[in-house]
Amino acid sequence: MSSRPRIDYRAKSHLSYFAYACHRFSGLLLACFLPLHFLMLSQSLRGAAGFESALGLTDIWVFKFGEWALVILLAIHLAGGVRLLMIEFGPWRGLRKGWIQVSILFAIACGLLFLYFAN
Amino acid sequence: MSAAVMQAKLWYAQRISAMILGICVAIHLVIIFYAIRGGLTAQEILGRTQGNLTFAFFYETFVLACFVHAPIGVANILQETLPKSGIAKPASWLLAISILTLGTTAVIGVYSGGAL
Repeated sequence: MSSRPRIDYRAKSHLSYFAYACHRFSGLLLACFLPLHFLMLSQSLRGAAGFESALGLTDIWVFKFGEWALVILLAIHLAGGVRLLMIEFGPWRGLRKGWIQVSILFAIACGLLFLYFAN
Repeated sequence: MSAAVMQAKLWYAQRISAMILGICVAIHLVIIFYAIRGGLTAQEILGRTQGNLTFAFFYETFVLACFVHAPIGVANILQETLPKSGIAKPASWLLAISILTLGTTAVIGVYSGGAL
């Protein structure tokens, strides 16, 4: 038996379901990325020259695009996570849908900032 | 320990690590935007982190919070999506161990700059 309850289209069309899906998707991708990120940074043990040659990988456009996407995912996971903590630990004020909109805007802003600052 | 008590403890561990991560990720995003100006170079990164105990302490705290937070989330997703596979526990432990070992190695790397 599945431990996941059956959810019909009415629940899935709710804004909170969108927030839940975004949080799961971004969290899962960030979790997969973490070991690779640490593996790259641990190349610094080879000294500046060894680290520089490993960082050369990030000049490839696929990795640049990946970095940009990950910053957006990180921003959406952060803002969505703050919303969840406020629902669970703060005074009850409903599902705080305003925070879902804030999360989306925050992620867009971080994505644009990355594009602005990146070389 | 019963399964319900275990679940409650994991829920708390994930929320407390989330509170720490909230602060760490916000700081990390600011550092990312600062660091990417003009491109990333090893010299620039090591110039900031090498021998800097504050950065080392911050990043190790970040790694430890990830070590608690991410595997619990992945275990929940796998348990709910593939309940019969029995993959949730081994996969999340594998992720936890790789985050802890690779993350701590990375912190040692950027702190020492390879001069060990």
